[in-house]
Order: sequence, then structure tokens, then C-alpha cells
Amino acid sequence: MDFKDTPEEAAFRDEARQWLEANVPADDALKGLDEIERSKLWQKRKYDAGWACIRWPKEYGGRDASAIEQVIWNQEESRFNVPSGVFAIGQGMAAPTMMAWASEEDKVKHLPPLASGEHIWCQLFSEPAGGSDLAALRTQAKKDGDDWVINGQKIWTSGAHFSDYGILVVRTDPTVAKHKGLTYFFFDMKSPGVDVKPIKQISGGANFNEVYFTDVRIPDSQRLGAVGQGWQVALTTLMNERAAIGGGGMGVGFDRIFELAKRVNIDDRPAIEDRQVRAKLADWYCQESGLRFTGYRSMSALSRGDTPGPENSIGKYVGASKTQDMASFAMDLLELSGAVLDSEHGEESGIYAATYMGAPGGRIAGGSDEIMLNILAERVLGMPQDVRLDKGIPFNEIPTGSN
Amino acid sequence: MVEGVNFEFSDEQNLLRDQARGFLQDECPTTLVRGILDGDDSYARELWEKIGQMGWTATVIPESYGGLGASYLDLCVIAEELGRAVAPVPFSSSVYLATEALLLVGTEAQKEKWLPKLATGEVVGTFAISEGSGRPSPANLNTTAVDGTVSGTKIPVPDGDIADFAVVVAASQRGDGASLYLVELEGVERTSVATLDPTRSHAKLTFDGATASVMGTEGEGWAAVEKLFNRAAVLYAWEQIAGSEAALEQAKEYAMGRYAFGRPIAGFQAIKHKLANVYVKNTLARSNGYYGAWALSTDAPELPIAAATARVSGTQAYYFASKENIQTHGGMGFTWEFDCQFFYRRSKLLSVAIGSESWWQDRLITAIERGQAA
Repeated sequence: MDFKDTPEEAAFRDEARQWLEANVPADDALKGLDEIERSKLWQKRKYDAGWACIRWPKEYGGRDASAIEQVIWNQEESRFNVPSGVFAIGQGMAAPTMMAWASEEDKVKHLPPLASGEHIWCQLFSEPAGGSDLAALRTQAKKDGDDWVINGQKIWTSGAHFSDYGILVVRTDPTVAKHKGLTYFFFDMKSPGVDVKPIKQISGGANFNEVYFTDVRIPDSQRLGAVGQGWQVALTTLMNERAAIGGGGMGVGFDRIFELAKRVNIDDRPAIEDRQVRAKLADWYCQESGLRFTGYRSMSALSRGDTPGPENSIGKYVGASKTQDMASFAMDLLELSGAVLDSEHGEESGIYAATYMGAPGGRIAGGSDEIMLNILAERVLGMPQDVRLDKGIPFNEIPTGSN
Repeated sequence: MVEGVNFEFSDEQNLLRDQARGFLQDECPTTLVRGILDGDDSYARELWEKIGQMGWTATVIPESYGGLGASYLDLCVIAEELGRAVAPVPFSSSVYLATEALLLVGTEAQKEKWLPKLATGEVVGTFAISEGSGRPSPANLNTTAVDGTVSGTKIPVPDGDIADFAVVVAASQRGDGASLYLVELEGVERTSVATLDPTRSHAKLTFDGATASVMGTEGEGWAAVEKLFNRAAVLYAWEQIAGSEAALEQAKEYAMGRYAFGRPIAGFQAIKHKLANVYVKNTLARSNGYYGAWALSTDAPELPIAAATARVSGTQAYYFASKENIQTHGGMGFTWEFDCQFFYRRSKLLSVAIGSESWWQDRLITAIERGQAA
């Protein structure tokens, strides 16, 4: 047991690191650019040098790299403060779905612009009536000639307001059981009848949107999978909705709280000398360490050519509550000034308050705490699924809150 | 460190784990644990002899002293399986504490005399630090050493009723305020002490001018205790990790077979979420255990952090898993007839064996403050 790369992995790491050191844009080069412009600049630079979406086949804009090389790249890239978030859904979820289900023509047409950052994609799955119970979605599609006509509403669509394309699951047959009446499409977000409305969150941010569809026409050629096969296609997407292995976390973590506890006082002594403070810090350190080394175990499996075990699926669940608790605790250490947002008067520009207000979203988005526990219990521990009262019942006969 | 990817036990170590698990399934079934719980024996004597024959007690002792000179990773694997089986043997006292103390600060004569016999398991060693309630420290040691003799009372001492010798922590006027002495226990007054885990025996040892030989340097005993505990913590953690996993397995098995309201209780979210949370803590503990195992086996400068991390995680996971296992079993869980008690008893005993949770939390932050971070 050690922390060493194989010679091939070490050579790859060196190559990646050297390229990153030579090519990560200086702060000056990014001045005046917004987040999307910065992201596109960095993504294009990677793409031109063959470092974008390295796990993808070369003909779609990738590098034919192995899974472990992807992990090494993630590690090396995360050492630098480069933007990445806006492409996560397109490259991480839409692209694998396209690779599995799209025609060769569409793959060649759509995957390279995803890799280069030219196009940003979003995912339109959740609905007001279908969140954790995703397959309960109600947005309908009706066939009209060679097109489908879409009417309904999606919600929690990250990045819909700046996306070029979307992946979409809709109901094409309400007379069959819930999972059987769904169909999957990709489409142009600039299509007539698509109306994007941002949702203001308690954090003040608006990362998510409601997306309304009014007689939106999508060509049948942009259907992925057969009519009625949408759930199966959606599972391809959802299987890719997991935290990437090997990347680095930023923001409110142990190191920051540790430094804060050294700097602020309790009863005229540094807070770090307080036993309760030390105990809490120790617990968070153990959680972060446990997550880090869980990632290493998954990496080791990849390095050996094995499939990582399910252990990595605890990350999102543990991390979200930890972040919430740490932000709350940091504000306690700062006493009343912890609540101040004004950077002129408040410690660290209100980062703890901002994190505290953002944390509830972290515990919901991408699978709520409760859904994550269900997944762990069912898929990892092999415990029975919940009883489903809507099983086998035609969708339009399932009871809802409104009927 | 912190890059690279060979973070896994070797194929040989995985094979050792399989062999150890199979051996203990045969030789240490729960009926054997129950026999010690209900009976008068201090430990499972035959099992202990077989463990000696398997060479487990010899694992990290150098070949020059009759040991196998194997890696600490091998010893972690053995600790893991002993923890899973809740084995009623003096392995932790004799191997993690007494053997380690000898390897750390034993004189050549002490090593030559004791290590070959510790390797075969024919003698049992232990470590005597506690003197009643509260956290031991150099300032509150009442055991004293004068002219090659030790006097004072140690209580409770794990396996003190059966051990052949003890490494005794005594007060010192010099240095860090403590010294370690090796004391043969023949002739020393010992009284059994009942604890919450009767599958691991404890005793009160009264030293009245017992012949003692110093280990290491006078007045550097407390530093030795801290080093020893860092090493032992990783091994205790592996017992805790596997105990947590065995408790989870037991809870799940029961929940799958226990029907209420027309279906297995494993189908209720109250139970699913409970056991998923056990799994989460267990997984964090296991991953931190890898970190500890790596640091111990390579004698890494990060050992103080890695050991404390593994220890805190292991303690928390085992407490949680063992209590929620009983909870999942409902009324039967707290009956004497059911085996849930084994994990619940052992988890608490292990958690206070070499410093409690809060002590290790404090040590972890201290180690980070000293910059022993990864």
C-alpha cells in the first residue's frame, strides 16, 4: 500500500502537470470576462491541445484516455483555480447519454462542440410534480407529422438561461404505467415556445430555472431511444450524475475553519484552545479525511482496472451536511459579526453566511439526503425497495394531490 | 503523499484476510464468545493456542527474535478479523501493547527474553497504565519506582489476571514525569475486576516493591506511551472497523427476515435510513483505517494524525453501529439470549481501552497544530 503512481501513470501526470503549468490563463488574461466567457476560454484552450473530455473517443473530441488518467487529470486540474462548472451537465450527463443512444451523425455533430465548450447543454428532467419521484413527470409530447409538440413545465434546470441545447424526458403515453409512457429527446433551447424563468434562491443566487414549454416542436429525429423507452435512456443520464472522483473541493472546509479558530477568541483565549471547538474540528477532519481516502480507494480500483465499489456514493451525502454545519459553526465563532454580509465590516466577506444560505440547496440538489440514503440502503446494502402504490397503474389513474 | 493510487491491500494480504476469517468462523463462533461471557474462563485458551500456532502473535516481531518480520498491514488484517469475530483472547494486550512496547523501548535483554515467547503466544504481556477513574497523565500517577522495584496499584489492567508480565507506567521525577518498567507478574497480587465486557478479562494489580527493569530511558516514559498509543490506535481501529461492519451485517440480516405489517422491516425507510447511516460511518472509518494502516506500516511522519483519525472514526462508527444494531432488533436486541450484546459491549470497551474519544479528538487537533499533516 502506498501513494505512488505506476510508471505510466506518473508519466501521464507529469505531462498533464507540465501542460497545465504552461497553459492555465493568468488572472490578467481573464480580467473583465464573466464566468461563462472564462469557462469557454479555458475549455477551448484545453480542446485545441487535446486535453478536453479526455476520456472520450478522439473522433468526438476526446483523447481516448483511461479512467485512471481521467482521475489523475482531475487531480492535477483541481490544483489550479480554473472554471469548470458550466459544462458539467453537458459533458458529464448529456454526452454519455448521446454516446449511448444517439445516431452516429448526431454524435459527430454534437459531441465535439460539447468538448470544445462551444455549446452548453442543460438537463430538463424534474418537474413540479416529479422531483424525487422523477418518473411522475407530466410534461406531454404529442406526435404531429415528423415533429413532436411539447407542452408543460420543467423546474430546477441548472443553467437553462445560458444553455444552447437540452436533454428532455416527457410523457408520450399517459394511459400506460408511469415508467412505460416516457420518451427522451434532445433539442435546441432557442426553439420557439421555450420560456426560461430563473428561480431566486434563499442564497440570493439564481442557478436554477423554471422552463415552460408552449407548443415547442422537436423533430422526431432528435428522439433518443424508442418511443416509450425514455426511462431507460434517462437511467443512462442519471448513472452519470455522481460526483467525479479525484477532484478537489473548495470553499468552507476544515482548513478554513481551523485557521478561523486560531484567529478568533473565546474568553480571551484563541478558540482553538477550547475543548468543544477541538472536538468538533476533529470530527470534521475525520469526515474530510474519510471522504478523501474513500476516493483513493476508488482510484486504486480504477488503477487496477477494476470497477470502484459503491463506497464513493457517500460523498455528496456527507459533504453537504458537513458544509452546512461548518458554516453555521464558523458564524458562532465570529459571534454577531458572523451574520454580517458587508465585506467592509464582516469577516471574510460573509463567506460563511453565503455558504450557510447555499447549504440547504446542497442537501437537496442531485438527490436529496433521503434519496441518497434510499440508494445506499437499496443498491449497496441490498434492502428492499419502498412499497410503490402506483406500481403497474396507468399513469392517468394514479392519485395526485390535485385529484 | 496525496497523489498516486495504490491505496489497497495486496493480493497476499487479501488472501490472509480470507484465511483469517475462515479460521475464526470455524474456531471462534459466537457460541465460543458466549461461553466466555457466561462461564468462568478469562479467555478462550484453546483459541489462543491456535492463534499462536498460526503465527499471528509473531506477525511483526523480527525474525531475529523468533517472529515473522511481516508488515504491519498484515497485522491490521488480523486485527480486522479478530474484531469482526469479537474474539475473547488477550491479543490486543499482548501484541498491540506489550510487544509494541518492547519493540519500541525494550532493552536488548528484555527483547531477547520476551519476544520469542510472545511470538509463539506461550506468554501473554500487558500494559498497565490506569489507576482508577479519569484520564491518566504524568501528574496523576501514584505508582512509583525505587531501586529497581515498582510499588502502586493499577486498575483496571486488561488481561492482568492472566498476563505473565506487564509494562507498567510509573511516575518519575525526571524528564516528562513518567517511566516504563517491565514487571513479571508472578508473586504480584492480582484481583479480577468485572467489566461491561466479560469476554475480555481485567484485573487489579497491586505492586509492593515488585522487581522491575526500566524500559527505554528514565523520564521519557510518557513520550513512549504516546508513541505506543499512536501505533496501537491503528490496530484497535481495525478491530473497531470490522466490529462495526459485523454489527451492520447482523442488523441487516435481522431486518430482512423480521416481518411486521406484512413485510420485512428492512423495507421501512426508518430502518433503511438508519442502516444506511451506519454504512456511511463505517465507510468513513474504513477509509481512515487505510490511512492509519499506511502510516503505521511505513512509519510515516503523519502517523500521529493518521492514527488519531482512524481511532476517532473507528470509535464513533462502532458505537453507532452497535447501538443501532440493538435498536433494529427491537425487544430481542437487549435480551441476554441474543448476540447483539457482544458488539455493544466490545465497542465501549475498545473505545476506552487506550484513551477515550475526546482524548483522541484532542490529540488529532494537537497533531495538526504541530504540522504533522499530510
